[in-house]
Amino acid sequence: MDIRVDSSKCTGCGICEKTCPFGAISIEDRKKEHPRFKRIAVISSACALCGACVEACPFKAISIKKEEQKPSEDLTLYKGVWVIAEMAEGDFHGVTFELLGKGRGLAEKRNTYLGCVLLGNGIADKAGELISAGADRVISCDDAIFKDFYDTAFVETIAAMIKEHKPEIVLLGATACGRGIASRISGRLKCGLTADCTGLDIDSNGFLVQTRPAFGGNIMAEILSGNTRPQMATVRHKVFKPLAADPAKKGEVIDFPLPGGIELNMSIRDFVKDVTQRVNIADADIIVSGGRGVGSQEGFKVIENLAGTLGGAVGASRGAVDAGWIPYSHQVGQTGRTVCPKLYIACGISGAIQHLVGMQSSDVIVAINKDSQAPIFQVADYGIVADLFRVLPVLIKEIEQSRR
Amino acid sequence: MNFIVCVKQVPGTTDVKINPETNTLVREGVEAVVNPFDLYAVEEAVAWKEKLGGNVTALSMGPPQAAEALKETLAVGVDDSVLLSDRNFGGSDTLATSYTLARAIKKIGAYDMILCGYQAIDGDTAQVGPGIAEELGIPCVTYVKKIREIKDGLVTLERMLETGFQVIEVKLPVLITVVKDINTPRLPSLRGKMKARKAEIPVWTAADIACEMNRVGQPGSPTWVRKVFAPPRKTSGRILSGEIEQQAKELREELKRLQLI
Repeated sequence: MDIRVDSSKCTGCGICEKTCPFGAISIEDRKKEHPRFKRIAVISSACALCGACVEACPFKAISIKKEEQKPSEDLTLYKGVWVIAEMAEGDFHGVTFELLGKGRGLAEKRNTYLGCVLLGNGIADKAGELISAGADRVISCDDAIFKDFYDTAFVETIAAMIKEHKPEIVLLGATACGRGIASRISGRLKCGLTADCTGLDIDSNGFLVQTRPAFGGNIMAEILSGNTRPQMATVRHKVFKPLAADPAKKGEVIDFPLPGGIELNMSIRDFVKDVTQRVNIADADIIVSGGRGVGSQEGFKVIENLAGTLGGAVGASRGAVDAGWIPYSHQVGQTGRTVCPKLYIACGISGAIQHLVGMQSSDVIVAINKDSQAPIFQVADYGIVADLFRVLPVLIKEIEQSRR
Repeated sequence: MNFIVCVKQVPGTTDVKINPETNTLVREGVEAVVNPFDLYAVEEAVAWKEKLGGNVTALSMGPPQAAEALKETLAVGVDDSVLLSDRNFGGSDTLATSYTLARAIKKIGAYDMILCGYQAIDGDTAQVGPGIAEELGIPCVTYVKKIREIKDGLVTLERMLETGFQVIEVKLPVLITVVKDINTPRLPSLRGKMKARKAEIPVWTAADIACEMNRVGQPGSPTWVRKVFAPPRKTSGRILSGEIEQQAKELREELKRLQLI
């Protein structure tokens, strides 16, 4: 790491200390080498070299010299943009088509093909769907080992495919399964991986620019990993749009043999479906959430009713979950799930920062709360200052009537 | 049973904002705390140690002040702790961090279970846990919401997925990452606090854990941050007015206009 503070320019003003998102800068007493200013900025190893301080320093006293990392192999050997298809209960997870939609654009910018990895059991007829959704090539491995989701089988097979076919970019859904295997694959191949991207583009060097939220969405970071291949990223569901299916599109299917010697080091004994989630909040287009203002387990009935009327999922704040009114699987926020539905309706939720970071990237936010000073109104597109138990029944009736 | 828990010191809230005029970060009055998910990992390790006997070691990587985070874990029942601190670790991404923590775990030696929070609240990547498991070549189960049983070298656990949970049986040693549902962390006891105050936390450098220097810090990190910026601002919202019936009607019309319903 090479970040320097020029002691002849630093005045010890402390602006950089306040701007460092990692808390890596402290202002300390100088060891006498400079006569004018008594204090100087000192940078600790918590520094991530993000450059925020370099831009913030009014005296241009901080500089970062990045060591030139020389690629250890010929990067031009790597061609193609790949999407790893994710299956859920025999069908593709929606994020697969969204990635193919985005991947199509990236492949065209890079003047290369769009590939899609398809792993499953009895999936021979599934490749066509991926081709009509944008893929030029489907790299497929059909084996009973993929019937259940064993990380190891997926990691070993995808890593072997990447080693043989050398794609330059590999995209996965930022789902529970996708995030776990992506990290293991990048560890095995020693390549860069960026989590939970909300934006992807190609820069003038031909590198993948990966934009992602950090600090719960309060800041955005642009991340590159251009000196290693493949450049890997996981992408949130519902961020990109799928293409309209084109059944006439032609593509090639490559059968990839299952690598030998895969040892499953665990066994999946059972899968217990969450029956409290009629609509899964990770995938829902509409979420109706209740907070402390709901007051009781009984109170959640009216939240469920509105969610039911809208075909949406039921969410909750930490307060409501901790009070035992609704299971943890519904919790939205820092210690629960991060969601970005098209419509988020917050009922009786005050909007502590820990809740806001889990839902503030939703397309449209509606807040219903008695307290007009509640912070939730600051992120809301539409606010109603009133008791949720008075508003919701009227709103439900209004929506139902308008449908008749 | 020997447990190792990986903890990270993070800003106490994620209330870190960018001043949109100057495009610089504002990070005022933010206190450093133990990443909340890691506290669940610590509690789970300590509770199982109390049941089965053994030892819990907490491990952290960060600047010297991250020793404070380790002291917090000592106060709630962790036996030993180690801090990895070295200027050469600066600029580490998740790959370099996973490698460095794995090197330290190898030096600690005997372990049956490694526990991590499923993600840290500052980075939200959820990549380091699986990354350590890959480096160590051991199985990994993410999003664990319950450990049902540890018996005869096997552990049975529940892994939370989007639509439900899996019941998984896996051989030790294993690395697991945990979610909030798994337990309620205890508060520090007076004795624990005393122990924490007196503790001297051992600090290991890259040389102590025999790192290959091209795999740590910035040289070992294939990703780099090109820039940070403020997320696009929402145009400020609007509070509806009138009788409740009127407000409900207006909201319904707006949502219809936006094609949301």
